[in-house]
Amino acid sequence: MGTLFTVFLKEVLDNFRDRRTLGSALLMGPIFGPMLFAFVINLSIERSLESAETTLELPVIGEQHAPNLVSFLRSRNIEAVAGPADAAAAMAAVKLGTHDVVLVIPEEFGEQLGDMIPARVALISDQANSDADRDARRASNALLAYQQLLAGTRVIARGINPRALQPLNIDEVDVSTPSGRSAMLLGMMSYFFVFAALMGGMYLAIDTTAGERERGSLEPLLSLPVTRDQLIYGKIAATCLFMTLSLMLSLTAFYVSLKFMPLEQLGMTPNFGPAVVLAALAIFLPFILVGAALMTLVASFTKSYREAQTWLSVVLIAPTMPILIVSILTLRPRTEFMLIPSLSQHLLLVDMVKNEPINGLHVAISVTSTLVIGIILAWVCARLYRREGLLG
Amino acid sequence: MITVKDIYKSFGKVKAVRGVSFDAPDGKITGLLGPNGAGKSTTLRVLYTVLKPDRGSANIDGADVATNSLSAREKIGALPHGAGLYPHLTARENIAYFARLCGLDKAEIDDRVDKIVKLLDIAEFAERRTKGFSQGQRTKVALARALVHDPQNIILDEPTNGLDVMATRSLRELILKLKDDGRCVLFSSHVMQEVAALCDDICIIAHGRVAIDDSIDGIRQRTGCDDIEDAFVEAIHRVEPE
Repeated sequence: MGTLFTVFLKEVLDNFRDRRTLGSALLMGPIFGPMLFAFVINLSIERSLESAETTLELPVIGEQHAPNLVSFLRSRNIEAVAGPADAAAAMAAVKLGTHDVVLVIPEEFGEQLGDMIPARVALISDQANSDADRDARRASNALLAYQQLLAGTRVIARGINPRALQPLNIDEVDVSTPSGRSAMLLGMMSYFFVFAALMGGMYLAIDTTAGERERGSLEPLLSLPVTRDQLIYGKIAATCLFMTLSLMLSLTAFYVSLKFMPLEQLGMTPNFGPAVVLAALAIFLPFILVGAALMTLVASFTKSYREAQTWLSVVLIAPTMPILIVSILTLRPRTEFMLIPSLSQHLLLVDMVKNEPINGLHVAISVTSTLVIGIILAWVCARLYRREGLLG
Repeated sequence: MITVKDIYKSFGKVKAVRGVSFDAPDGKITGLLGPNGAGKSTTLRVLYTVLKPDRGSANIDGADVATNSLSAREKIGALPHGAGLYPHLTARENIAYFARLCGLDKAEIDDRVDKIVKLLDIAEFAERRTKGFSQGQRTKVALARALVHDPQNIILDEPTNGLDVMATRSLRELILKLKDDGRCVLFSSHVMQEVAALCDDICIIAHGRVAIDDSIDGIRQRTGCDDIEDAFVEAIHRVEPE
């Protein structure tokens, strides 16, 4: 135990003096997440506000054929402006991106309307362009509203109650709470916590294995009267400490920066107070051991510092993969998911941020399974540390 | 006292050591001499237990390097070839770290580190971080680190590599001092003159085998060469390459 602690202290001291480790552990990981997050949130707020308020300038071809429609559009804050020469030119313009959406009103529009033939109009847009898509949807909603208006006047003229055209009255009941809506976006936070924790220990994991070998200090170390198990466990412990520091900083940075984000404007009030921050730290702690052991394991296979760096950047991505898959498929938390490190922490964090009751069994499985996997990985590290090939 | 009995070590197809035996007694300096790639480092690595011999055995004061390696390591101070330091720690911290790992307590560590710093004349740069140290400074600190726990047996793998004349000279004086203290000193080199000037016994190794193991005069006699360099070359030619 004494040896383990000696190694731990030395690695901590050594790495506190290393600017690269400090930079990645205490700056890069914790600050990067909240910054990116604030950027994304502000961008989405800006865009949602922008689209509702601003006047949409809609290029229209054949404006003169439908003056009523144009004035109806104006009442919906859509201003008709002169469009391209003809439909073909409009399509080309949309393809090129000079216009996002173009409305084409043919000459026979008024005639068809009078004859009660469905009057043809064309809305040209590029649906692959998400920015343009929003404008196109706004224009098409306005057209649908105009259609409903016309239909109403037509049936009234025939003495029919326009309600006959509305056989269903659909009530959409949204049970999502402001905290719940936050979860979608704030689910991203798990990435940053996992990322920050791993970044915090990455250089230490390299330094204590490939780095030590490369600078030639490994062989003298191994010739000392200590067991290799104690050396490697002491090194893993030091890696865990830096990862924990980085994670704590990242949690704090999020806690502080969320206060400054206008999330209410997006209808979100994330449940991320001091109690949740502490609970999140507790839930992520077992993952630290998995991360530290995994990085040490991978780094101990590499021949040099640079090679270790290359491989560890792959390891940085690996734990975020299950989170990504589950987020894309929007899977609900299941008991078996709690067996998977990083994923179980993510799902538990999402539940906490949503302010939903936490399943005690899920927490127990997550903590136990992650710890067991971490211990196994650390044990494998120790086994590999005993082999002769370690010296390279 | 280091005893080596017929050890073999291969790395894949490369047979690095093919039956090396010798003794390195206390109070004497034993030189392991051989051209590059002869198997000197591999032999020494077996002795400071980072490699296990495929066959044969070796022991340090009776502790077998393969079956009782922890105990064997307690009895040695080793300076591996190209030993590196921790660049973010000062010279003193580098030495103290190894002392602590050897199980010395706080008071002992301070005392031993002070003594070794004085002995090796490194006080001038002891409080500086070792990043940017010269080769000579690095070797001195690495040597101090290997000797800090006052080991009876000292194994040095090409310690004079990269040292200037002054540093080589002070290292030679240190080795002689260790001998006078009754220690067992085993060191490797590929420079015949250096070994001849210092060693009581010389074990010439070539192609993973012992060519001659004798005193300097014995080697002169047995090879029939008066010039030590000629004797070295003659001895090496007696070993069949594998």
